[in-house]
Amino acid sequence: MREIQASALTEVVKRLCIEANCHLPKDMQARITEARAGEDWPGACEILDRIIENYTIADERSVPICQDTGVACVFLEIGQDVHVSGSIADAVNEGVRQGYSEGYLRKSVVRDPLNRVNTGDNTPAMLYYDLVPGYAIRITVAPKGFGSENMSQLKMLKPSDGVEGAKEFIVRVVEEAGPNPCPPIVVGVGIGGTFDKCALLAKKALMRSTDERNPDPYYAALEAELLARINALGVGPQGFGGKTTALAVNIETAPTHIAGLPVAVNINCHVTRHKSEVL
Amino acid sequence: MAIRIETPLTEEKARALKSGDSVLLSGTVYTARDAAHKRIVEAMEAGKPLPFDPENAVVYYVGPTPAKPGQAIGSAGPTTSYRMDAYSPALIARGQRGMIGKGKRGPAVVEAIKQHGAVYFGAIGGAGALLSKCVRTAEVIAYDDLGAEAVRRLTVEDLPLTVVIDSEGNNLYETGREAYLAARQK
Ligand code: SF4
Repeated sequence: MREIQASALTEVVKRLCIEANCHLPKDMQARITEARAGEDWPGACEILDRIIENYTIADERSVPICQDTGVACVFLEIGQDVHVSGSIADAVNEGVRQGYSEGYLRKSVVRDPLNRVNTGDNTPAMLYYDLVPGYAIRITVAPKGFGSENMSQLKMLKPSDGVEGAKEFIVRVVEEAGPNPCPPIVVGVGIGGTFDKCALLAKKALMRSTDERNPDPYYAALEAELLARINALGVGPQGFGGKTTALAVNIETAPTHIAGLPVAVNINCHVTRHKSEVL
Repeated sequence: MAIRIETPLTEEKARALKSGDSVLLSGTVYTARDAAHKRIVEAMEAGKPLPFDPENAVVYYVGPTPAKPGQAIGSAGPTTSYRMDAYSPALIARGQRGMIGKGKRGPAVVEAIKQHGAVYFGAIGGAGALLSKCVRTAEVIAYDDLGAEAVRRLTVEDLPLTVVIDSEGNNLYETGREAYLAARQK
């Protein structure tokens, strides 16, 4: 059994909050520059150039890429042979509090969804725990903006809708979102599980590097097909028309009930941020 | 070629802009998001004083990050505009001439734009670091308690914008996509 002080999490979470918000992951930078090279619509090229300029400025000056520095989604993969002393949630929230304050990040969380008073320090984090084998804790911080979160949808399809129904739904969600989620976007898809599990799969799909395809060749092919269909919509960067509507489609799946085919589409923008560290 | 525009944005200047135009905007713009819009419209209905005179004003839908030492403002890109749809027609009727945001607008806003000769600009969503460089000064003028959502007076220089919906109701979100798809057919 390995002993870890909960307070050790604070330091890591704080650092990850700041770094994730200021430095766009390399895979996203690669997708955007590839898209720019493949784009042939003049207005779209201009916007992609500005997007590249923007993340370069943020990177060089360590300022937030986007003013929506998001709600802090924090994923903890906790090794079964680790014992954490102290409150994990408190330690993570303290890290978010310090990171958002010291990093000059925007505080965008309200305490209550209907009464809407800002908590003032961007806490609480959205916390997700997974138990995994081993002696380590893997921490991922993913600040999630709501321009794109608001365009996400989930649908309980029928088994008879099949893969065609799933494809149609996914493409329609992107088309309906149009310019709102700051295209070019990243599309996280969850297929299977239960209502709640399916949504989580879609969120986790967004945590996967866009350098990696689904390990199952069937789903890797589906990712490629969906990306092509989405980019044939013509929405384009910022919705002004063009080839580049999405940069990647990531699918995660889970077993499901004989009666169901849940499909969740979690949309993320060209500022898809996540950073991990192992403790 | 981008068109240089200075505030105040008069009806004459607004009507000269066409959907798809690239604009570099300089002068004064006011920031307001959901919570501030709600208060402004409530103040208007109650006949109370407003944080700024809407006449020929340009409102930027933005909630910036806190400024680092030495910065006028933190990252400052647009937020999604449809959340302001409930409030915009009333403000446009009071003379507000320009809106800066990103994303679609509802039919009532488009109607108000046409009726009063206003204009809806798109700024690049997600380009907050780049856009902040165009902001020379920023000052909170109302609703300080709203934090990032407070109303600020900004002085901007050459803020890069695109005319999305012009005073005739032409909409780049529709025409841009159609033009691209039509060109691809050929
Ligand atoms: S959708 Fe993404 S890029 Fe757009 S404003 Fe929100 S966080 Fe920023």
